[in-house]
Amino acid sequence: MPDDSLKININNKAVAQHTYDAIVIGSGISGGWAAKELCEKGLKTLVLERGRNVVHIKDYPTATLAQWEFKHRGSLPEKDKKANPFVSHCYAFDETAMHFFVKDNEHPYIQEKPFDWIRGYQVGGKSLTWGRCTQRWSDFEFTGPRRFNYGWDWPIRYADIAPWYSHVEKFIGVCGTKDGLEAMPDGEFLPPFELNCVEQHLKESIAGNYRGRYLVHARWAHLTQPNPIHIEQGRGKCQARNLCQRGCPFGGYFSSNSSTLPWAEKTGNLTIRPFSVVHSIIYDEQSQQARGVRVIDANTKQAIEFFSRIIFVNGSALNSNLILLNSVSNRFPNGLGNDNGLLGKYICFHNYRGWLGGEIDGFADSYYYGRNPTDAIIANYRNLHKIDTDFLGGYTTYCGAHRERNNDGNGSQQIGAAYKESLAEPGGWRVYAYVQGETIPKEKNHVRLSTDKKDEWGIPQLITSVEYDDNDDKLLNDFFVQTEEMFTKAGAKNIAHSDSKQAPGLDIHEMGGCRMGADPKTSMLDKWNALHHCKNVFVTDGACMASTGNQSPSILYMALTARACDHVVGELKKGNL
Amino acid sequence: MNRREALSSVALLLGGTIVGTEFFLSGCKPERKYGESLNLSPDDISFLDEVGETILPTTASSPGAKATKIGEFMKTIVNDCYEDKDQKTFLEGMQKLNDACKTKNGKMFLDCDDKQRHDFLVDLDKEQKEYMNKKKPEDPSHYFRMMKELTLWGYFTSEIGATKALRYIAVPGKYEGCVPYKKGDKAWAT
Repeated sequence: MPDDSLKININNKAVAQHTYDAIVIGSGISGGWAAKELCEKGLKTLVLERGRNVVHIKDYPTATLAQWEFKHRGSLPEKDKKANPFVSHCYAFDETAMHFFVKDNEHPYIQEKPFDWIRGYQVGGKSLTWGRCTQRWSDFEFTGPRRFNYGWDWPIRYADIAPWYSHVEKFIGVCGTKDGLEAMPDGEFLPPFELNCVEQHLKESIAGNYRGRYLVHARWAHLTQPNPIHIEQGRGKCQARNLCQRGCPFGGYFSSNSSTLPWAEKTGNLTIRPFSVVHSIIYDEQSQQARGVRVIDANTKQAIEFFSRIIFVNGSALNSNLILLNSVSNRFPNGLGNDNGLLGKYICFHNYRGWLGGEIDGFADSYYYGRNPTDAIIANYRNLHKIDTDFLGGYTTYCGAHRERNNDGNGSQQIGAAYKESLAEPGGWRVYAYVQGETIPKEKNHVRLSTDKKDEWGIPQLITSVEYDDNDDKLLNDFFVQTEEMFTKAGAKNIAHSDSKQAPGLDIHEMGGCRMGADPKTSMLDKWNALHHCKNVFVTDGACMASTGNQSPSILYMALTARACDHVVGELKKGNL
Repeated sequence: MNRREALSSVALLLGGTIVGTEFFLSGCKPERKYGESLNLSPDDISFLDEVGETILPTTASSPGAKATKIGEFMKTIVNDCYEDKDQKTFLEGMQKLNDACKTKNGKMFLDCDDKQRHDFLVDLDKEQKEYMNKKKPEDPSHYFRMMKELTLWGYFTSEIGATKALRYIAVPGKYEGCVPYKKGDKAWAT
């Protein structure tokens, strides 16, 4: 088994059989988009996926089970929790969906500091289990690091990506309303999930009490009213079951499995190869380009090489860093394109530690029908035009309201028939909120390769060295104080908040390590997501992020991917690659 | 209702801390050794069925906890999800419940009639609430607290509980944010 990509044995027959126009590493949310765009543009495309195949609907074993059909009613059995001390922290790693997550012992990594690395190694990756929030970034986020001197400037602005957001939104289906907010630009929306009556009350109360704070409908990747393009994908209306992480048999939310991959397949240009663990990218010194990818077959452990004109790296943020770090050659002894030593550094994530809940009186004559799979959003209102707090960055507040079950009983007797009847009725309303906060990229937050520990495919294990800082604590505190105030003004009471103190990574929004930028001295990727020093390799997953913003990142990865695909095909046509 | 709030609902219903610490929220506890199981006899299961039935009895509108095989459910969860110390508390609790019943009613729980069982558990419920409010975090939970929690959780997530006591629609088809509610309408199961 090769230890690095320095040893290349060329077998001409194999080269011909294993040559494609494009290779995409990873089949998750951004890899699926690369596959769709490249195949549609006529490129013979190989998608390498390290895990098993997951076929839409057929491979969703729990999708239609009721709670009582699970032995532990959905709760995670203790033997599974004990066997998975890290991934079991994830809210969706339960009896109903654990088959879509990597078990801790399957793929060890080294936590220099606590880091919950939540992974989904299968065709579709984490697009099967993602949170589905799809707000756009604004220029406040693209320019924040430059204006306020934290991090490095993005090489693009909102205007560069806006058409690609539209391109993606139309295809995947995003619900929401056009709210005209500067901090959260409007998109191509399907009808929203309605606010319930208490959420509507919160919205009005916040609008009445605060300038510049807006509670708006969820912007979520759900088909509330499918368009012909969605029907053509074989997808249907979201049925409001709220069981999304099990895979949706209706195709009601977007995943690679339900949408981009079958779409790419229909072109006849797609080859998906599951069980293909990417070892490294092969660099050719003569052409000064990458010429292919070295793969270890997950089952046979044999090394195989595939060749192509262009390579998209979409292995998920940290795995894309790992692959590039492991792609060493005479020209790039520290990892592909890593002349400046920045690869693997400035890992960042989202601050997801804060939760707040309370009660609100009244509204006893209102209820809802169906299960809302979304939350309302209070768009970021912090540090937009200037720094108006004691911290850097902004935060998105997700929130909502629902009715608890009644718990009165017959006076103090919480036993017996009257108690049972009481429990069967809805009780008062509760309001809740949780935070998605920007974190500041720092050099010391990094990943690197272990020099002695390898996985069972001979690939160095990843060391994670990522932690919170003081800025994260201050942001979190501001979220607590401001949200409690907004809720209190709306009439909420008995408000409690909690800091989960969860390890970084559990947000499942890890980003950076291979950031975009205009200057090759201070960034890894150019404005088209190509490596500055290896122009036919594109990194369009979370690894490319120069800062985290406060919006959910997945749709930005999809938009950046589509944009990069459009660019690279143009370059290929012009003969520039 | 998404992510965290959905998961915390059961805990809120039961009022704060949950035995087995937070297994409702995040799964079962990791400390228990493997391979151990509760050797509950059919009689034990029947006993737990009757305790559950007294907490949530059959009423005009819906069957009670016994119809949902609540004793088997308790066994499954205590086996698979409770730590050693909580398992011990639960097991000893079955005997303690009978002892307390003998003290109050002069006979074993199963020998009491429905009213005696009800009145006894009302007292025991008061006792557990007082104990749970006063106890230090490291003290064991009250055994009856466990039985009651398991009964509520198991009953309302069972097919009978979800579809007969509550309202359940597997595929709602759509979401409507504001619909009228009138007193007496059942709550949604999920």
